[in-house]
Amino acid sequence: MVMQMNATQPFVDQFDDVQSRLPGSKLPWLEAFRKAGIEKFSTIGVPTIKTEAWKYTRLPNIDCKEFRSANWENGQVAVNAVAEFLSDALNQIRLVYVNGIIRPDLSNLTNLPDGISFEPLTQALESDPEFIESQLCTEELKYDQGFSALNAAMMESGTIFRVAKGVQVKEPIEIVHMNGVADAPIIGHPHNVFVLEAGSQATLVMRHAGIGTSAYFNNAVTEIVVGDSAILKHYTLQTDCMEAIHLSTVNVRVGKDATYETFNFAIGGRLSRTETRVRLEGRGAHCNLSGAYMMRGREHCDNITIVDHLVPDTTAREVFKGVLDDEARGVFQGKLIVHKYAQRTNGHQLSRALLLSDRAEMDAKPELEIYADDVKCSHGATTGQIDENALFYLRSRGVPEALARNLLIQSFIAEALEEISDEKVREAIAGLVVHWLPADCFSVDEWVQA
Amino acid sequence: MLEIKNLHATVGGKEILKGINLTVNAGEVHAIMGPNGSGKSTLSYVISGKDGYEVTEGQILYNGIDLTEMEPEIRAAEGVFLAFQYPVEIPGVPNVTFLKEAVNAVRRHRGEDELDAMQFVKMIKAKTEELGIAKDMLKRAVNVGFSGGEKKRNEILQMAVLNPKLAVLDETDSGLDIDALKIVSDGVNQLRSDERAILVITHYQRLLDHIVPDFVHVLAHGKIQRSGGKELAFELEEKGYAEYGVAAE
Amino acid sequence: MSGKAQTIEKVREFTDEKYKFGFVTDIETESAPKGLSEDIVRFISAKKDEPEWLLESRLKAYRHWLTMPDPEWQKPNFPPIDYQGSYYYSAPKSVGDGPQSLDEVDPEILKTYEKLGIPLFEQERLSGIPIAVDAVFDSVSVATTFKAKLEESGVIFCPISEAIQRCPELVKKYMGSVVPYTDNKHACLNSAVFTDGSFVYIPKGVKCPMELSTYFRINAENTGQFERTLIIAEEGSYVSYLEGCTAPMRDENQLHAAIVELITMDDAEIKYSTVQNWYPGDAEGKGGIYNFVTKRGLCKGKNSKISWTQVETGSAITWKYPSCILQGDNSVGEFYSIAITNNYQQADTGTKMIHLGKNTTSRIISKGISAGKSDQMYRGLVRMGPKAVGARNYTQCDSLLVGDQCGAHTVPYIETKNKSAVVEHEATTSKINEEQLFYLRQRGIPTEKAIALVVNGFCREVLQQLPMEFAVEAQKLVEISLEGSVG
Repeated sequence: MVMQMNATQPFVDQFDDVQSRLPGSKLPWLEAFRKAGIEKFSTIGVPTIKTEAWKYTRLPNIDCKEFRSANWENGQVAVNAVAEFLSDALNQIRLVYVNGIIRPDLSNLTNLPDGISFEPLTQALESDPEFIESQLCTEELKYDQGFSALNAAMMESGTIFRVAKGVQVKEPIEIVHMNGVADAPIIGHPHNVFVLEAGSQATLVMRHAGIGTSAYFNNAVTEIVVGDSAILKHYTLQTDCMEAIHLSTVNVRVGKDATYETFNFAIGGRLSRTETRVRLEGRGAHCNLSGAYMMRGREHCDNITIVDHLVPDTTAREVFKGVLDDEARGVFQGKLIVHKYAQRTNGHQLSRALLLSDRAEMDAKPELEIYADDVKCSHGATTGQIDENALFYLRSRGVPEALARNLLIQSFIAEALEEISDEKVREAIAGLVVHWLPADCFSVDEWVQA
Repeated sequence: MLEIKNLHATVGGKEILKGINLTVNAGEVHAIMGPNGSGKSTLSYVISGKDGYEVTEGQILYNGIDLTEMEPEIRAAEGVFLAFQYPVEIPGVPNVTFLKEAVNAVRRHRGEDELDAMQFVKMIKAKTEELGIAKDMLKRAVNVGFSGGEKKRNEILQMAVLNPKLAVLDETDSGLDIDALKIVSDGVNQLRSDERAILVITHYQRLLDHIVPDFVHVLAHGKIQRSGGKELAFELEEKGYAEYGVAAE
Repeated sequence: MSGKAQTIEKVREFTDEKYKFGFVTDIETESAPKGLSEDIVRFISAKKDEPEWLLESRLKAYRHWLTMPDPEWQKPNFPPIDYQGSYYYSAPKSVGDGPQSLDEVDPEILKTYEKLGIPLFEQERLSGIPIAVDAVFDSVSVATTFKAKLEESGVIFCPISEAIQRCPELVKKYMGSVVPYTDNKHACLNSAVFTDGSFVYIPKGVKCPMELSTYFRINAENTGQFERTLIIAEEGSYVSYLEGCTAPMRDENQLHAAIVELITMDDAEIKYSTVQNWYPGDAEGKGGIYNFVTKRGLCKGKNSKISWTQVETGSAITWKYPSCILQGDNSVGEFYSIAITNNYQQADTGTKMIHLGKNTTSRIISKGISAGKSDQMYRGLVRMGPKAVGARNYTQCDSLLVGDQCGAHTVPYIETKNKSAVVEHEATTSKINEEQLFYLRQRGIPTEKAIALVVNGFCREVLQQLPMEFAVEAQKLVEISLEGSVG
């Protein structure tokens, strides 16, 4: 208990310190919101391994004296260009942040279609504070996790993305965060709000790239509303650097006949933890929460999903695949909750991990909590190593061992990549997989077409 | 024995049977033929009382009693048997256990003494031999891993041991090769008797080469469109269902 | 639906006679004063004429227990247990100072066991394989059959209180070695106040010539039962052991907090089966046993095997995880479970398979059936330690829901610290298949019977693990437990 207090207090002190300089400080509702956040955080505190959702993830010590919020200068670090990710990225609509600070010079909003608003939180707090208030403020602060509450108090960056009723955009829209290029460790609490109104469709790609070597601690919260019959595809790519701690909480509400598809691809990061909570609120709502992670060194990746089936006829699907080398550690905790009366729920969850090293570790906890009877729910979890028989088979056909290993890893990951319905994104992620593997790979072209 | 009067029935709120009239007497074999979607299977489920098949109008009189409000197990005990188009697999329950439970439930209902294990084994052995059914089928779980032919033979075995008065055979020929078809229809023919009525539901005429009906009815659009003798089946085989407003398949 | 209404009616008729074992034996008992204190611990120890070391270990456990908070992580809800409102020692007066020969057993007790269908006389069964029974009535063992015959082959099968006198060195060495008193609050309480239970020792190379069985019966009011079972299988030996449990129908909840420890040496095997049918409480959820048991086996030797099979139909709350620590290389752990909850019953059960040795394998087959307003949880842990090279686990965990008022939950923890270990876990939850029910009903089988058949089929893989006679009994139990589940 004492330990926990010690870990919690510096964050509270930091809040007291920076409070007046946080964006929107003139808005009374926001001030109240922040206050509720810090109070909640003080009560709950920093999670410990006794917190069930953090059972397998120990938060490294974060010294708040060292980790400071970014200032304007931190954002002006020279960055030549944004690394291309998607194949025809030239006219990519994107917002780019460096060390958490928006960089209009690197961003591109020229082709933004009508009916879409896409702007940094700091800007939206000036242009449309009512909207943000309507999204954030409920009767009571809903966050029941320490770091989400801290985010509510500290939010200083983030993106507001809003698609009007019936507007459908095919091309992916990007949010790029480049971090790790500051002189001192940076702490950031981005808060994103994505709202898709009824019948709209959009694809969002969020990239978190560690482009330097300095430490940073990112504590993001993303609030998503997918309106009736709307479709949001939400892809996250984490290529954080070795010194990065990346926590992300995503809260999603899915309406009638709406679809939320997310894929979280992670390579890198000292600790990356994504907690996705989806509420399927309307009949016919569907979500696909999938991901892949490839970790080496002492990297640690934790994926947590919680899906609430609240009404009849909703479906959820989850496929997570992990490759763990060296002393890397993977965690998957998934929970499907079928509430009373949520009949005809269909839920499927799968977690598979491939261990490449004797010192790698995988912990999985796939949970089902079911209170309705007319349901079809299943989960599966496996861990294992590369199939020696398959390896031998390939080698006996003349494929060199290193290549054969890579091929088997690629084939293992491929099952998860199939969950990505956007072809361009799938191909790009396949490229990252190949990039991660030791030399001597099948090329993306050969692989994807196979 | 069976008298269906102006029978209307809905499935999921949609009317499938739209006024069926049909009389079947003891000792007779009737064939109901019709294209896909004509309501053939619905008729068999309505007669046997499956949940979700709602009678909205009309009556099904069975020896003078109206079946429509009766639970399926009571209908079965009263002697109504349905040979399923797709017999259901029940993992973990040995066929022999299932048959014994069924036989004794029906006997209890009829006020007869239950068969003890010895009597039952004797009876079932005799029946399997009579029908030329392999004994290992009794030990296996109900229909689990059975081939299409085995499943249908299992239906005939159940029919033989339960000794129904009215047997409804729903697309018994589907998924059978010629040899299996012969075995199954031989089984049915053995069970033909003066006390028993049989209703054969089928799409194709070929089953009727083996189980020769006394009457043939054409079911389309939820109604009996035409009735006749067995020659009607040949006519249908030749001309198809086109004249009943159904496109050739 | 008229069918359902009919069933509900039928069920009402049944309910009163449903729990067949709910009678009370009218017998004079001797009890320790109500409540828990060091004096009570001393009283129990003195009653059993125990050596000093055992009293010391009881007191140590008791003092530690006082410092332990009630656990809070479990799923079942129940009010805090009033530890002072219960008796910790109750014995039929006629038992006097410990076990006696069969001829001397109180005829009332013999009648009780006869009524429960447990033969307390040495008679060969139909199958030809005799079964030795240790009968535990409230806090004491009242009879053990076939003792002499077993001893011919060197097998020791006796009440643990007797073992403490007869072979204290074995008890001292192994008791608490698998479940230390610090393990959890209920185990700690047991370590302080355990009263009796069974002790089994199978010497090297001996295949126990008969099935061993302990039959637990709680009779006295407001009494907790804290028994302790210890089974040691020496190198190359084998034993199959079965426990059964029942209790009278009483309105208050009674606590049963047992400890079972199993130890297998090289090439030894213990097969432990449980048919748990404690009083589950009435249809409104009143009364019933709290069954909070710690069961754990240690596969100490290489190539050894421990297999747990449980059929859990009783108790208001079942909360237990029969587990295996697979320490010896190539050792095998198995857990086969059927848990059926109906009415307001709650169950939080599962297993832990801790793989430490090389090429250790474990298999978990869990079948949960929830009906009525009951709530059920499978909670399991599979841990592959860093040295568990080539270890394997397979887990299959299926839940069946009967009716829309019940709950079924699955929480497996899977921890792998070795790349060559292979873990496979599968779980499904679904409702009882309507097509199957209709098929059975079309053949004349009434709905309740049809459900029982389908459920028995669903459980078959586990039922097959039970010794033949118990499998039949368990099958019937499945049927009885589901009465009134449709509605």
